[in-house]
Amino acid sequence: MSIKDEIKKVRDNVYEIPGSFNKSMRASGRFYIADEYIDDLEEGAIEQIVNVACLPGVQRYSIGLPDIHFGYGFPIGGVAAFTLRNGIVSPGGVGFDINCGVRLIRSNLGIEDIEDKLDELTEKLFENIPSGVGSKGKIRLKEDEINDVLDYGAEWAVKNGYGWDEDLEVLEENGRMLDADSSIVSDKAKKRGIPQLGSLGSGNHFLEVQIVDEIYDEKVAEVYGLRKGMIVVMIHTGSRGCGHQICSDYLRIMDKAYKKYKINISDRQLACAPLDSKEAQDYIQAMAAAANYAWANRQMMTHWVRETFEEVLGKSAEDMEMGIVYDVAHNIAKMETHKVYNREEELLVHRKGATRAFGPGREEVPEKYREVGQPVLIPGTMGTASYVLCGTETAMEETFGSTAHGAGRVLSRSKAKKDFDADEITDDLATKGIKIKATSKHVIEEEAPGAYKDVDSVVRVSDSTGIAKLVAKVRPLSVCKG
Amino acid sequence: MKKYEYFEATADIGLRAYGNDMNEAFENAGLAIFNIISDTSLIIPERKIEFEVASEDDVSLLYDFLEELLFYHETEFMLFSRFDVEIDDGFHLKAVIYGEEIDWNRHERKTEIKAITFHKMAVKKTDSVEVQAIVDL
Repeated sequence: MSIKDEIKKVRDNVYEIPGSFNKSMRASGRFYIADEYIDDLEEGAIEQIVNVACLPGVQRYSIGLPDIHFGYGFPIGGVAAFTLRNGIVSPGGVGFDINCGVRLIRSNLGIEDIEDKLDELTEKLFENIPSGVGSKGKIRLKEDEINDVLDYGAEWAVKNGYGWDEDLEVLEENGRMLDADSSIVSDKAKKRGIPQLGSLGSGNHFLEVQIVDEIYDEKVAEVYGLRKGMIVVMIHTGSRGCGHQICSDYLRIMDKAYKKYKINISDRQLACAPLDSKEAQDYIQAMAAAANYAWANRQMMTHWVRETFEEVLGKSAEDMEMGIVYDVAHNIAKMETHKVYNREEELLVHRKGATRAFGPGREEVPEKYREVGQPVLIPGTMGTASYVLCGTETAMEETFGSTAHGAGRVLSRSKAKKDFDADEITDDLATKGIKIKATSKHVIEEEAPGAYKDVDSVVRVSDSTGIAKLVAKVRPLSVCKG
Repeated sequence: MKKYEYFEATADIGLRAYGNDMNEAFENAGLAIFNIISDTSLIIPERKIEFEVASEDDVSLLYDFLEELLFYHETEFMLFSRFDVEIDDGFHLKAVIYGEEIDWNRHERKTEIKAITFHKMAVKKTDSVEVQAIVDL
C-alpha cells in the first residue's frame, strides 16, 4: 500500500497522516500543500515527515510546509518541536547552512531615483559584495576575532562599524543568540569561517534590488514601513563554510550519540541526542554560534549595500532612510514556548527551510511590529517575485509559529543545466526589465526560475491556510548571483 | 575503467567513483569533487598538502576524507587535481593532494559545494571498489 493512501484531508490545502499509520510514530504528520499538488508530492518527503514523527519527544505534529521537498534526514520545508524532558536535537533538522536567511532593507527611493543608475548600482553591488564559489570576504579577521563574531553575531558587526545600532532591533533574536559559545566550535569551522565572513556564496543565495509591486494589506504594510513603488534590497545568504562545518562536525558526533543513547532512527541523517545530554547541549551552543556568524554576515553586507547606494546616488544612507525591515532565519532550532494541549510548554523547535511566523503579541516580535505579528520574508528564485507576509495566530496554534521559506527546487541542477541556456535566461529576464550579474553561466542555468516550484503558489497556500498572511509583493530590478 | 560519473539527486548532485582498490576509488572521488567545483584539467598540481584521517568504518572514512578536501579548498583557497591516497586496514587514511591557488581568471568557476552528506553514501568492495556520495550544493 502506498503511503499516499494514508493521507487524509483536514481542510482545503491541509492534510494529515495519522499517527496510527506506523507503530513507531509518536505524533501525526501534517502537510500544508496546494490541493492540486498533493498528487505530485514526492513519497520521499512524506516518508521523511513520518520518520521525524517517530523521534522521541516529538510534539503534536511533524509538519510539512507548502514548499516541502526531500532533504537529508529531515525534509526541507519541515518543522518539528520536541519537549525538553524527553526530546532530542538533531543537526539534520536544521541543515548544513545554519541560519541561512533573508533580510529586507527599505528606502525612500522610487524607480525614478535609480533607473538611470541601475546598471552602475548593480555593477558596484556585485563588486562590493563578494560572491561565488571560492569567494573570500573583503576583510580578514584575526584568529581570535572570529570568536567575537560567533559569540556576538550582528552585535559584533555593528560595534565594529557595520551598520546602525537600531538595525539590531529588527533582526530575529536581535542578531545574536545568547546560547552561542565559540569555545566549543571546532578550529576547522573557525578556519573556514575566517576568510568567508562578508561573502554571499553561491547556489540559491542572492542579493537583489527590488521594487514593492503590490500591497495586499495596507495597514500591516504601513507598520512595516512599506509602500507601493518603494525601492528595497533583499539579501539571501547564510553562515557559509563555518556553518557547514559545524553541521558536519555534529553529524559525526550525533552519529555516535544516537547509538550510545539507543535512539531508534531509520536514516543516519536523523542522528540526534537527548536534549539533556552533553552532545545535545554542545550542538545547541555551536549551532547558535553559526547562527550568529550568519547574522554578522548579513549585517556586514547591509553596510556595504548602504555604502554602494551612497557612492552611486550621492546621498547618505540616512537620507535615503535605508533602515532594515526585518531579518529571518530559515534553518535553525530554538527554545520557544508554545501551547500543547492547552498548556504552555517550552519546546525545542527545529525549522529546516521554514520561517518563524509569530503572530501578534509575542514578545519575541520587535515592539514596533508586535501588534500585527512579525514580518515573514519569503524569497523567490532568480528573477521571480519575493513576498512579505506577517505571522498569525493560526501559525501559533497549528505550526509552532512557522510558515514556508521559499520556492523549493523541482529540477536537479544537472537537468536544469541541460534544459536551460544562460544567455537565453539573461535575455528573457532583460525583456522583463531585470538585470542579472553572476560569477558564472553555470549558476544562471542551475538557478533558472523554471527549476523551482512556483513561489506564488507556495505563498498563496501559506496565506489561504492562515499560517501567514500576505502583506506585499516585491519584484526584482537587478540580481547579483554567486 | 571509468574514473567516476555523476548521477542526479533532486537539489544536488551524486557521484560514483571507481578504482581497483580503495586507494584508487578514493582518489577518483576526490577528482569528482573538484570537477563539480571547477574543471580539473585546468588545475596544475604544483603545490601539495598532506593530511591524515582516522574513522570508524569505510563510509565514515569516505565522509571524513571528502570533508577534509572541502576544508583545504576553502581555507587554503586552492583547487586540487591529483590525489595520492593510502588507506590501511584500521580505517586510517594518509593523503597527499596536489593543486594550486584559485585564480578565477584561469580556472573555471562552476559550483560551490556546501557539504558532503551521508545520504546513500556507500563503499562497495567486490573485485574492484565503487564509492558513492551525494554532495549538498
